[in-house]
Amino acid sequence: MTTTETPAPPDGQAGAAPLEVRKTPARKRLVPYWLLLPGILWLIVFFAAPLVYQASTSIQTGSLEEGFKVTWHFATYWDALGEYWPQFVRSVGYAAVATALCLLLGYPLAYLIAFKAGRWRNVVMILVIAPFFTSFLIRTLAWKTILADGGPVVGLLNALHVLDVTSWLGLTEGQRVLATPLAVVCGLTYNFLPFMVLPLYSSLERIDPRLHEAAGDLYARPSTTFRRVTFPLSMPGVVAGTLLTFIPAAGDYINAELLGSTDQKMIGNVIQSQFLRVLDYPTAAALSFLLMAAILAMVTLYIRKSGTEDLV
Amino acid sequence: MAVHETTRAAAARTPNRGLRWLRRHIITIAGLCTLGYLILPNLVVMVFSFNKPNGRFNYQWQRFSTDAWSDPCGVADLCGSLGLSLQIALWATVGATVLGTMIAFALARYRFRARSGVNTLIFLPMAMPEVVMAASLATLFLNMGIQFGFWTILIAHIMFCLSFVVTAVKARVMSMDPRLEQAAQDLYASPVQTFLRVTLPIAAPGIAAGALLSFALSFDDFIITNFNAGSTVTFPMFVWGSAQRGTPVQINVIGTAMFLVAVLCVVMGQLAGARRKRSKRS
Repeated sequence: MTTTETPAPPDGQAGAAPLEVRKTPARKRLVPYWLLLPGILWLIVFFAAPLVYQASTSIQTGSLEEGFKVTWHFATYWDALGEYWPQFVRSVGYAAVATALCLLLGYPLAYLIAFKAGRWRNVVMILVIAPFFTSFLIRTLAWKTILADGGPVVGLLNALHVLDVTSWLGLTEGQRVLATPLAVVCGLTYNFLPFMVLPLYSSLERIDPRLHEAAGDLYARPSTTFRRVTFPLSMPGVVAGTLLTFIPAAGDYINAELLGSTDQKMIGNVIQSQFLRVLDYPTAAALSFLLMAAILAMVTLYIRKSGTEDLV
Repeated sequence: MAVHETTRAAAARTPNRGLRWLRRHIITIAGLCTLGYLILPNLVVMVFSFNKPNGRFNYQWQRFSTDAWSDPCGVADLCGSLGLSLQIALWATVGATVLGTMIAFALARYRFRARSGVNTLIFLPMAMPEVVMAASLATLFLNMGIQFGFWTILIAHIMFCLSFVVTAVKARVMSMDPRLEQAAQDLYASPVQTFLRVTLPIAAPGIAAGALLSFALSFDDFIITNFNAGSTVTFPMFVWGSAQRGTPVQINVIGTAMFLVAVLCVVMGQLAGARRKRSKRS
């Protein structure tokens, strides 16, 4: 374990006595391990080990009174999937729609900050980041006020007959927005929007503006420039932003709880109630493993797809 | 500028002036709309902090009042939970920043065999849905018979903040010129002196960013805390509970105050950065 380590950047050897020079490397080789030890130990004990523990819990049977035992009862997975697949599908669906909306809404904002804001750039940046520091639960509760039944937003949507269309699509019910899928998706989009805007901004910022001028000189219309130059170059930001939005959105249960009703329960709500209210630990464990597996599979597929076709 | 020329050429084809203007500024308008969407709830929180609601819920405007502002701790347990959250966030920040900075230096400076494994272990907590992490850690605590409370919350918070600190500090240390340290050593600085006088000041913005991020993450965390707190109530848990029982106006007051403090901090940080840049140039 000691043969391969060399300091990453060439370390300037201090002009010390030869004896000392011979002594230091052995000590130095252990330095990275000492630096890593406490933090990595923390992650192993409180992050990795719990996951293993969770895996063993998911194949246990028993009851709270008599205790749980590992019985290799894999049927918990089937039962959980059989009972809660609507919530799974809903979580993935909501998260996908929210991610798409985040991309749609976030791109112009990131573009604005990167290329158009000029001396207002810092102000806009502050306005994007500052909401981060206000409790997101308070902000999510504010959506209850904004989307309230007799409120101006619902009134406006109603007057424009938008609600008729969304009701027809099954996104809202009657004259209200709260406690409908539209409210939950709106909350998810809102809560994870900064996670889309920041990576998009950082990849847009790296694009040389002269590329836009070059495209213009070659008679590309602005829309062509965007499609052929800007967007492809911002792909790393799009991929990072999509992942940062989709993963937490799929596991979220706060928006569904605060802005939705029992008909909008997502898989996070189920895990939460199984764990904290029903106290059925095997089912909660199996569900979280299924969620993790589903997300890992989708993320791998997505990265591979975007990696081979668009990123290169 | 060539871009302008083409926009103008394209615009010339559309007869209507308003339409032309709209076409040229469509991205700016869309971006500002998104910004409005981001800021709107903050404004609502601010406005409703001056409301005097009828009944327990503060969802409808009744009439103007500054009662809540003059008595922010007037609700039982609110300021207690706020204090607890601040305390936890502070310690979680200290813990995660120290541990994370050490890992970041190891990863950025040394090549060793377990490197890719360590990188994966750092990346996974950021890519894992919070519910999964929360439930597994709680399962561990339950089975070990550990009492839920302050310490379990703190352990959990340090765990999920760690990765963010590592990422922030690593980015900074990686982009640092190694020749600066060599120069210090050539000038007979001891390794300790080199570290304290050269390395640490250069890495400081990364460390500060990581610390700020973990403070915000820890202070605001609900999902992981909810699973690992037992009967201890942090501020986000208080807000969550109040969503069911009835939200006092004081919550809006604290939300507004947090927003203003955050804006103030960021603005001051920006000003300090700008001044440093200016003094460097002259």
